[in-house]
Amino acid sequence: MEIVRPQNLAGVFDALELSPDALLLAGGTDSMVLVNAGALRPDNVISLRNVKELKIWDGGFIGAGVTYARLEHSDVAALAELSRTVGSPQIRAVGTLGGNLGTASPAGDALPFLAAVDAAVELVSGSGSRVMAWDEFLTGPKKNALEPGELILGAHLPDVVPERTAFAKIGVRQAMVISIASVCVTRDRAGITTVAMGAVGPTVLRARGAEEMISGEAAPSEAALDEFQRLVSEEARPITDHRSTEEYRRMAVGVLARRALERCLA
Amino acid sequence: MTARTQTGSKVRKGVGESVPRPDGIPKVTGHFAYASDLYAQDMLWGAARRAPVAHAGVTHLDVAPALAMAGVHAVLTYDDLPAKRFQGQIITDQPVLADGTIRYWGEVVAIVAADDPTTAAEAAQAIEVAYEPLDPLTDVDEALARDEVLRKAVSYRGDREVHGEVVVEATYETATQDQAPLGNEAGIAVPDGAGGVDVYGPTQWTHVDHEQLVDCLGLRPEEVRVHPTGLGGAFGAREDLSLQTHLCLLALRTGRPVRMVFGREESFAAHVKRHAARMYYRHEADRAGNLIRVDAKLLLDGGAYSMTSPAVVANAVGFAVGPYRCPNVFVDGYALRTNNPPSGAMRGFGAVQTGFAVESQMDRVAAELGMDPLEFRLKNAIGPGDVLATTGQLITEPLPTREVIESVRAMPLPDDETSTDARELPGGTGLTTPRSAVVRGVGYAVGFKNLAFSEGFDDYAEARITLTPVGLDIHTAAIEVGQGMVTVLEQIARSVTGIEDVRVIFDDTSQIGSAGSTSASRQTQMSGGAVLKAAEKLRDELFEYFGADALSSEGMWRGSQLVASLPEACLDRDFSAHVRHRHQGSEEPDENGQGNLHVDFAVSAHRAVVDVDPVLGLVRVVKIDTAQDVGFALNPMSVIGQIEGGTMQGIGLAVMEELIVDHGIVRNPNFTDYLLPTFLDAPPIEAVLIEQPSSWGPFGAKGFAELPTISSTPAVVAAIRNATGKALTRVPVRPEDIAL
Repeated sequence: MEIVRPQNLAGVFDALELSPDALLLAGGTDSMVLVNAGALRPDNVISLRNVKELKIWDGGFIGAGVTYARLEHSDVAALAELSRTVGSPQIRAVGTLGGNLGTASPAGDALPFLAAVDAAVELVSGSGSRVMAWDEFLTGPKKNALEPGELILGAHLPDVVPERTAFAKIGVRQAMVISIASVCVTRDRAGITTVAMGAVGPTVLRARGAEEMISGEAAPSEAALDEFQRLVSEEARPITDHRSTEEYRRMAVGVLARRALERCLA
Repeated sequence: MTARTQTGSKVRKGVGESVPRPDGIPKVTGHFAYASDLYAQDMLWGAARRAPVAHAGVTHLDVAPALAMAGVHAVLTYDDLPAKRFQGQIITDQPVLADGTIRYWGEVVAIVAADDPTTAAEAAQAIEVAYEPLDPLTDVDEALARDEVLRKAVSYRGDREVHGEVVVEATYETATQDQAPLGNEAGIAVPDGAGGVDVYGPTQWTHVDHEQLVDCLGLRPEEVRVHPTGLGGAFGAREDLSLQTHLCLLALRTGRPVRMVFGREESFAAHVKRHAARMYYRHEADRAGNLIRVDAKLLLDGGAYSMTSPAVVANAVGFAVGPYRCPNVFVDGYALRTNNPPSGAMRGFGAVQTGFAVESQMDRVAAELGMDPLEFRLKNAIGPGDVLATTGQLITEPLPTREVIESVRAMPLPDDETSTDARELPGGTGLTTPRSAVVRGVGYAVGFKNLAFSEGFDDYAEARITLTPVGLDIHTAAIEVGQGMVTVLEQIARSVTGIEDVRVIFDDTSQIGSAGSTSASRQTQMSGGAVLKAAEKLRDELFEYFGADALSSEGMWRGSQLVASLPEACLDRDFSAHVRHRHQGSEEPDENGQGNLHVDFAVSAHRAVVDVDPVLGLVRVVKIDTAQDVGFALNPMSVIGQIEGGTMQGIGLAVMEELIVDHGIVRNPNFTDYLLPTFLDAPPIEAVLIEQPSSWGPFGAKGFAELPTISSTPAVVAAIRNATGKALTRVPVRPEDIAL
C-alpha cells in the first residue's frame, strides 16, 4: 500500500493523476472501519490531513478537512451542538465535515445543519470546481454526486446564518452514539423557520410543510406548535432497522423538532 | 469464627486491606502481556471461514483455491478432524468444524494457517462454499413445540390444589446480552516436536478445556498442556472453547506455532451469549401478604449447541422464586435448541433472567395487595433456618436478605436534580430533553444466587504453596480474568503465614490439578480456601520442623529468637504444601427438583433512581445504591470494583445492551451498535457491605460478584415503571417501549 501526504490541493491532484483509484483519506473514522472489517483494501491512499485548503474555516466557508473538535467551538449554536455529539473526543479530533458529506449517511450528524441552512457543497478536481446545493449533492443513502477525480472542498454557508439555530439527536446512551433521529431547526428574525431531519429518510430531509406553516407564526401558540410537531412527523420517511422502529422515529423527530424550535423561540 | 481474626502474625497487605493488584500498574502502563500479545518464533497465522447464514446445508466445499495460494500451509475442514469431531463441556454436541450443516450464524466451516494474517484471511475467503438455505428455528416457544429441548429442569414442591386470593400473571422477556469483554479472543498453539502441543488461549478453566482438547486431538492427556494467558475480561464468555481446538489442529498439522487474534466482529461470533429468555409467571398471595404459590414456565434460548445451557437452566429454575418463602412452587424450565448463536455462561448464570421476572412480579403483587413493595419482600424474605422455596433445602449459612433490603432502604435519596447540563439530563449530549420534561422514578430489587457449583458436582480446587528464599509462591490453575483473585490469594497467604512477599504462579494443566472454573462466584471461596489450607499446612510444617511458634518475612521465630531465616530454611530442604480443597458438597435433584442442590447462597439489593423523558422514552440512571452480602471483604477496594462493574453490566441490560438477532443473524456485532454504558451513563454507586461471615469461606469471605448484576437490572426497570406507569416486561427497555 502506498500513502502520499500532499500539503496542498495541487499535490492531491498530482497524486490522483498517478493513481486515480486512490482512497482519499481525511479523518478515516468511516474509512478505517471498512478497512478493519476487510471491506476496503486500498492499494493507494492519499492522505488529506495536511492539505491546507481543506482546513480553511472562515465563517461562511467550512473546509472539508475541518474537524468536529474545531467545529465544537463554532458560535453558530447548532453547529457547535451537533459537533459535540459526534463520537468520542478521539473521533472528533480527527473526524471531519467532509467525511459526513463523503459518506452521505442519512445519520451523518452534520448533514441536518447543512440542509437547514441551505448550504452548498463545493467539489474540486484537477480541471476546476463546481458548486451544488446540498440536496443535489446528497442523492441517496450513502450516495452523493461526487465524480471520480473529484474531492469535496467544503461547504458554503449562506451570507447570513439565521440568528437562532438548534440541533437535537436521539441515541440510547448519554453520548457517543449513532443517531436514531436528529433535527436541526433555524429561525431568523423575521420568523422564517427551517427544519432538517436526519436518520428518518434515505437522505437528510427538510420538513417543508412544517416550515411553511410555522414561519407565518410570529409567536406560535401551543396549538401551532402541536401542528408543527405533527407536520414534521408526517414529513419524515423513516424505516425500521436494528437501531429503532419506523413508528418511534416518526414520533420522535416531531418531538425533537418542536423542542428545538422552542429553544430557538426562547 | 469471627471475621477479622488473623491466624498469622501481623503482616502488611493481609486480608481486610485494600491492597492494589500486582498486575495493576503493568496493565495501565501497557506492559501486561494479554493473549493478543502472544508471539512465537516462526509462527503462522490462523483464520476461520465462518458461515454468514443461520441454518443451511453445505452443498459445496472446495479448499483447493485456498491451498493453492502462496504462503498457505494448511486448510482444514470437518473431514480432516483426527479424532472426536464434537466438543462441549457438558454435552459434546458442537462439531469442531461444521459437519455439513450450518446451525448458527458465524459457525466455523474451515480453518487456515498461513504466513501472515492477511494471507490467512484471504485464503479463508478463497475457500469455495455454497449453501442451501434451511428455515432457521429462532423462537423458543416454537422450539418447545418441536421438542428441541437441551434440558428440562423442574421445581415441584407443595400442593397443586392450593391457591392464593391475589393472582398476578405476566410474561417477561430478556434479550440476548453479550459479555463484550474488552479483550477479544486470541491465542497461540505451539507444537512440542514430539507430537504434543501447548496451547494458550482465553479460558476460565484450563482443565475442562484440556479434557475436550485431548479427545478432539486424539492425543494422550500428558501430550496436551493448556496454559492460562492474560485476559481482558471474561464474564462467562471464556467458559466454552472458542479458538483453542482450531489452533491446536493447525499447529499439529503444520508443525509450527499458530496464532489467531480476532477482531471485534469475529469475537461477537466466537463466544457464547447470555440466554435470551421468555418467562411465563403466575404469582399467588393471600390478602395478608404471604406468598402462597408461584407457577412459572421458563424458556431459555440455548442456541445451536448445548454449551453450559443444562447448568444455566437449572440455575434459572433454582432462583425463579427469589429469596422468598413460598410453600407451593411449580416451575418448568427448558433450555431450547434453536438456530440462534449458542448461549452459555454470563455473570448471573440464569439467575439474571429469572431475577428480572421474579422481582417484577414481586412489585406487581405488592401493588395488587396495596402493600409497600419492600414490606412485601421483607414479609416473605428467607434467612438461615428457612427453606429455599424451589428445592426445599434448609438454609444453614448466613443469608442476610432482610439486612440488604433494610440497608438499601435506609440509604439517603439523592436531591432533586436542577442541573441543566445536558450530560445530567436524559438524552445527554443529544440535547433532546429540557429539565421540564423529566420525571423521576425510584425502584428497588433483590438479587439471589448460589455460590460455587451445584447439583452434586464434585467441586474442588487445588493449590500448592512453596517456601522460597524471599517468601512464598502460590501455584494454582485458577484463572485470573481481571476480577482480582490474584490479590486475594496473596492476601490470604500473607495473613496465614505472616510472610509478606507472596506471588501467584499460574500453572498449566500439567503442573497442578484443577482449580475448577473461574465462575459461579466461586474462586474466592474455592481457590481461596485451598490457599488458606495450604498456607496453614505449610506454616504448621515449618513450626514443627524448626520448633518455631511464629513466622514472618524474616523467618521462623521461637519467642523472640529467629531460629531460621527464609533463605536458611530453603537451604535445609524444600518446604511445600499441596491441597485439594472441597466444599461441603451438594446433591443431585430428585425428579421434582428437590434436595440440597446448592452449597451456599448470596443476596443483594439495589435501589435505582432514574430520570425519564416519558415522551421520548429516554432514561438516565441518576444514582444507584446497593447492599451486598459479602461475608467478609478480603479486599474492600476490589469488592467495590466488582460491585461497580457488576452494577453497570446490569444497568446495561436494563436500558441498552442487546444483541439484535434477526432470524438468526446478528445485526450489531460491533461497538457502534452493541451499546455498552460509557462513563457518562455511569451514575454514582454507593455500596453497603453486609459482613456476616461464612463458615466455609476463607476468613468468612463469600463469593458475591455476580449478585450486583442480578439486582441492578430489575431495580432500574422498577424505577422506570415508577416514573412512567408502564408495565415494561422486557429488557432492555427501549425508548419505544416507554414512549409508544
